Amino acid sequence: MSSEASRRDVLGGLLVAFSLAPAAALAQTGGGEGSGGPPTVAPGLPGTLAKFPDLDAWIRIAPDGRVTVFTGKVELGTGVKTAMAQLAADELDVMIERIDLITADTGLTPNEGVTAGSQTLEQSGTAIANAAANVRLLLAEAAATRWGVAATTLFTRDGAVLDGQGRRATYAALAASTSLAVRARVDVPRKRREARRLIGKPVPRVDLPAKLTGLPSYVHDMRLPGMVHARVMRGPSSGTQQTPDLAALRRQAGVARVVHLGRFAAIVGPREWPLEQVLRVANRGRWVRDAAAPALPPMPAGLLTMRRESQVIENRRDDPGARGVQRLSARYDRPYLMHGAIGPSCAVALFAEDRLTVWTHSQGVEPLRRAIAELIAIPADRVRCVHREGAGCYGHNGADDVAGDAALIARAMPGVPVRLQWSREQEHGWEPLGPAMVAQVDATLDASGRIVDWRHQVWSNTHSTRPVAAGDLLAGTEVVPPFKPTPPKPIPQPNGGGDRNAIPLYRFPNQTIVSHFLPDMPVRVSALRGLGAHLNIFALESFMDELAATAGRDPVAFRLAHLDDPRATAVIRQAAARFGWARYRSAPNRGRGFAFARYKNHGAYCAIALDVERIPDEGRLIVHRAVAAVDSGETVNPDGIRNQVEGGIVQSLSWTAFEVAGHDGARRTDYDWSTYPILRFADAPLSVTVEVVDRPGTPFLGTGECAQGPTAAALANSLASATGERLRSMPLISRLLSQA
Amino acid sequence: MIDLTINGATTRLDIDPATPLLYVLRDELGLHAAKFGCGLGQCGACTVLVDDQPVFSCVLPIGAIGTRKVTTVEGLGTAAKPGDVQRAFLHEKAAQCGYCIPGMMARAEGLLRKTVTPTEDELRTAMAPSLCRCGTHMRILRAVRRAAVMRGGGVVDAAEPVT
Repeated sequence: MSSEASRRDVLGGLLVAFSLAPAAALAQTGGGEGSGGPPTVAPGLPGTLAKFPDLDAWIRIAPDGRVTVFTGKVELGTGVKTAMAQLAADELDVMIERIDLITADTGLTPNEGVTAGSQTLEQSGTAIANAAANVRLLLAEAAATRWGVAATTLFTRDGAVLDGQGRRATYAALAASTSLAVRARVDVPRKRREARRLIGKPVPRVDLPAKLTGLPSYVHDMRLPGMVHARVMRGPSSGTQQTPDLAALRRQAGVARVVHLGRFAAIVGPREWPLEQVLRVANRGRWVRDAAAPALPPMPAGLLTMRRESQVIENRRDDPGARGVQRLSARYDRPYLMHGAIGPSCAVALFAEDRLTVWTHSQGVEPLRRAIAELIAIPADRVRCVHREGAGCYGHNGADDVAGDAALIARAMPGVPVRLQWSREQEHGWEPLGPAMVAQVDATLDASGRIVDWRHQVWSNTHSTRPVAAGDLLAGTEVVPPFKPTPPKPIPQPNGGGDRNAIPLYRFPNQTIVSHFLPDMPVRVSALRGLGAHLNIFALESFMDELAATAGRDPVAFRLAHLDDPRATAVIRQAAARFGWARYRSAPNRGRGFAFARYKNHGAYCAIALDVERIPDEGRLIVHRAVAAVDSGETVNPDGIRNQVEGGIVQSLSWTAFEVAGHDGARRTDYDWSTYPILRFADAPLSVTVEVVDRPGTPFLGTGECAQGPTAAALANSLASATGERLRSMPLISRLLSQA
Repeated sequence: MIDLTINGATTRLDIDPATPLLYVLRDELGLHAAKFGCGLGQCGACTVLVDDQPVFSCVLPIGAIGTRKVTTVEGLGTAAKPGDVQRAFLHEKAAQCGYCIPGMMARAEGLLRKTVTPTEDELRTAMAPSLCRCGTHMRILRAVRRAAVMRGGGVVDAAEPVT
């Protein structure tokens, strides 16, 4: 098929869809960070079981005894596949090697919305554990009926039900005549703690042997028979347009096909390298700024001047008569930050027999499916999005956009699998950035050095532009006629977006928290790990240190004096003890810093202490030690928790100390690692210790994002202790350099 | 025609000699350990060994390799029989998303072929060209220190002990 023919074909379809797409379908949720999925139908059931109460949505047992477990969540490198396999294997009583875990696939798995917000174990893990407990009981009851005994006299071991007197029935045999298409029961108990073999243990990651020996593990590694490669042509960065010379592109060696739809253009060929060369030459071409893109005010102060929708999200007056004697104010900010996946986004798509399949590293296959269906104008039930791992994303990066791009190209080439790989420059230039933010905190101390009034204001764009419709994908804005992006909106409390963790967990008698939502987005932004928690905790916990200093109190003691949550005080005491806070001796240019937060005020508790030294002549800092204590509720895999917190500490050090994504008003200024400086081995801490506080019998609390905020504040606090100077503006290293 | 010796086997290829090694490994030979990260020699995700030297395969034209021997992570061991660097990384669970890790292992192998008793500073300097965004640095360093011990040496002034 010629590209002209396919263009007419696709455009015709798009026009039809545009007029027919029902508004209700566009309003489907999924963009609210971590939300999405269908409504609750069984409110008594835990986790996502409440939305998908039938056991066979989660667990199926094959005649050969293998157990397939389904989750609508995805592996982002946090180890959740392992944790979910542990939960299923332990609650079912089968060997973990017998578990096959299917992650998000719109054709196979429950719709669990977006994998975000540290909610995977809380939602899907809870569902799988309880579904597994249900299945185990169901099979035991089936055996009891078969043998004419009470189920309570039976026990299970290694995929079989036993009566202790020689009778044994395998799950496979029992499952052959036991339907799992039944609703989960509310009252089925989970396994007793003493009976568990896997939950709470540092079980090795199930995905690592393949990843560490080069077996195909990522969408980037997919090679389908007859597959072609593609590269998409765009301006340098979000908010720009390029008009490629299509005739010239078609003449290039290695270019078999140009797919061109409105402003969307892609080149297709049998081999990657020739396409890569064509792309590099085309990137030198002319580009213009989008007429529609709003002007970028000077950052970060310009955020305060932008149009805003302000909302008081908390106003507590428990003791309006409390007398303050000293009032302090401070303003904190962070710049735009990049997700910076090491692997640029990639997708594989195949359009065949009027059905589209997209293999994607998106965090939300279900909302992506709806957006793509609208984009290529076919019913959503003819689109299947299958998750395949990508490089760590830490939020909404180019994953969804590249999937939309690949879908458009594949739609133009029926029967041919298309693999589209973004370039490094495209990922840097087009991924939605983590929003720049400002927070202003004011507080009053009474004569005894207690905080009696607290006011926190935060200015921020939205923290989620995750796709819910075609206009949220880059390609959707480039086809003709273009789709409109979904208008940005704030993510409401208790999770919050820009105001995530703006409400202190501390007990202050009077407090006012104001969220200033900025609807205009001069720079493309979306969810970055922790959302607003990074800056809000940075502000809150830096300011706690400033107040402690004013009150003449030790920062750890000052925090404890304002807390009444025993789990919060426990992690603070444990981190301080392990760090040796009380006996710490500072030295010139070397100091300690502490910070604490409970992520989202309902996730994991995390306290972090740092021992940091400034090397004045080099403008460099050495993190001698980082010590953290974390309470993630019931521990499924302590090593998984440690890995997330260790990584969160190192990543947040990088964000907070070094990073700023630049923009010159016309386009971004950073297109590769030469100007966007992420932390390297030389700047990694000398040691990191993470202590896990296990709380058996309590709900899982997400861990993946809990360290970002506390690390940021602990760094500023330790630098204040080391140098006497309080740094409130990220990246902190630029201030250290200017002092050198 | 170009002859390449990769993981001990010689392959004859009829491909533009300017093609970077990475594309040949991934697209022609089905060796997926080395990853595309930047195509600019900045991130190290594509690192392989040429003779005993870690190189960015994304910027090394195959025509420039000559008779030198290429070793990729597939050449260090298999899932059934992992090599010692791989075992050390598995032991330390030194990965989050894992995308950068094959490059890290290739770089570690290069260091250990030079010395099994590096200093902490030499270790960090050797690993410096490779980027990790998950923040797995501490575990990667622990894994290389462990691999050094497994090879009869060890990092002489290790910042964290091998336990």
